[in-house]
Amino acid sequence: MNSYLIKRVMVLIPVLIGMTIIVFSIIHAIPGDPAETILGQKATEQSKQALREQLGLDKPWLQQYFNYMGDLLQGDLGTSIRTKTPIAKEIMPYLAATLELTAAAMLFATFVGVNAGILSAWKQNSWFDYTSMIIALIGVSMPIFWLGLMEQMIFALKLHWLPSIGRMDQRDPVESITNLYVIDTIIAGRWDQLWTVIKHLILPSIALGTIPMAIIARMTRSSMLEVMNSDYIRTAKAKGLSQFLVVYKHALKNSLIPVLTVVGLQTGALLGGAVLTETIFAWPGVGRYIFEAISSRDYPVIQTGILIIAFIFVVINLLVDLLYSAIDPRIQYK
Amino acid sequence: MSQATLNAAPPNAPAEKVSGPWRDAWKAFRKNKTAMMGLCIIVFFILIALLAPLIAPYDYKEQELVNRLQAPSADHWFGTDDLGRDLFTRVLYGARISLWVGFFSVIGSIIVGTILGVLAGFYGKWIDMIISRLFDILLAFPGILLAIAIVAILGPSLQNALYAIAIVNIPTYGRLVRAKVLSLKEEEYITAARAIGMKNSRILLKHILPNSLTPIIVQGTLGIATAIIEAAALGFLGLGAQPPDPEWGKMLSDSRQFIQKAPWTVIFPGGAIMLTVLGFNLMGDGLRDVLDPRMKS
Repeated sequence: MNSYLIKRVMVLIPVLIGMTIIVFSIIHAIPGDPAETILGQKATEQSKQALREQLGLDKPWLQQYFNYMGDLLQGDLGTSIRTKTPIAKEIMPYLAATLELTAAAMLFATFVGVNAGILSAWKQNSWFDYTSMIIALIGVSMPIFWLGLMEQMIFALKLHWLPSIGRMDQRDPVESITNLYVIDTIIAGRWDQLWTVIKHLILPSIALGTIPMAIIARMTRSSMLEVMNSDYIRTAKAKGLSQFLVVYKHALKNSLIPVLTVVGLQTGALLGGAVLTETIFAWPGVGRYIFEAISSRDYPVIQTGILIIAFIFVVINLLVDLLYSAIDPRIQYK
Repeated sequence: MSQATLNAAPPNAPAEKVSGPWRDAWKAFRKNKTAMMGLCIIVFFILIALLAPLIAPYDYKEQELVNRLQAPSADHWFGTDDLGRDLFTRVLYGARISLWVGFFSVIGSIIVGTILGVLAGFYGKWIDMIISRLFDILLAFPGILLAIAIVAILGPSLQNALYAIAIVNIPTYGRLVRAKVLSLKEEEYITAARAIGMKNSRILLKHILPNSLTPIIVQGTLGIATAIIEAAALGFLGLGAQPPDPEWGKMLSDSRQFIQKAPWTVIFPGGAIMLTVLGFNLMGDGLRDVLDPRMKS
């Protein structure tokens, strides 16, 4: 296992280096003069030159890349052109907001998806099976941004059940410790605030979680159906175990492996989808941070934001890979 | 009996339908209800896209400011938007843009992906090393984010959104083709072709490419669905189609501020995206079941 882990991380190194090259190249791929693109056509030659020096654009390409890598390895993620603040410091609250949103979305997607899949397989060809698979099919085809708008229209603006935008009631701000508001409110013992935070989380996490939910439900169903026909399930049934135990204890465990893969892959995809969800729900996360940086041509922020999300994506995929063996001892790593 | 008489068809026999893999697949496809539904939805939207100038009651750019945000009526089936433009017309024309981006970005990804995949799978060694790592790196970014980055570099436009979506999806097809080529390379008929002195290029064109086609067709159909959503997402973020182009995603973002006053401005364009994407997903699933039973989920 340990040697596998080392090997797996070693394979990641070229990928990580490649990622930095791509992200590094973003600013160099801008057609024309990047300094002019960032500052606008009216900028003076002086200010353009200053920016070039600040970004190191006046040095040879290779030297720029090595400087960039050196800074990265020392934890220097660059400085925002717009706010002149170090990005490493600035990005933390945004990152926390995105993590909270994606975690909530994944929780929703996994819980609803896995259970709907199990029940569909258990009651195969029942009305429940048909309905949930039709919902899953529509869910897979749902544009996140449209679903988000429809949710806002129905549950926030028409029914007034839930807030339509934001993370928190502005008049009663959460005291940030971890920047994960659910945890912060629990630490502070503010249960009323916790409820408000959860209410703000519901609509965006459902919007973000619907596509993975649908994919997980379909995957769980087909995986369960395969397992339910195996010999050991027949044995378990013959022993007189209750249906519930057979399904949730015996069958589920073996059907979880493909499901886990999907959960892992979808968590990565969620990080991309977060850009859209955060735009609709004015959620102050990394996606929005990057998007705003694009509008103001703040390229260092664009670079770092994308690099961080890609890095998280790669780490999640690695974790999923390692989790396999924990769930299924039949999978052995060499 | 001579060879000629053995092969000759009996006289007066009814001309029997030739049975081939494609004909068999079509037969199986026709029986698959959801797949046929998908095909119908796609054909419907293709017809709309082609016939838009004939069906559309108005010009999609025509503004009638007196008729701003009108609810659906006999005059304006889907109502009007904030500039008084007929939404029905704009949704019809939107089909052209979405299908265009969907088809051409996927064709672009398939062409580049296939070339890279064939090179990697067929020639192996360092070529494979470089190409496969390149795919790994591209796949390490969430697709839509990479597309956003590419558009941020090239500048927002529909054309650039199409390029971005095509680039982002190259590894999907590249990996698929590479895997297929790797398995085909070991087949006996390829060894046979080589033994009779066939050149590499001929083996590739005559044997390997045609046999790699099925997974590409399946993935390509599902890929159009993804591409349409991605294009609409870029449009929604203001990074794709620019006004006055009636792109569905752009229409959504333009109308979102009127969602309470004029919900129809959001319902119809979004519904059109969902339905089109659903069509390609249904058809892709069906094709997979028919053409490639091993990929069946």
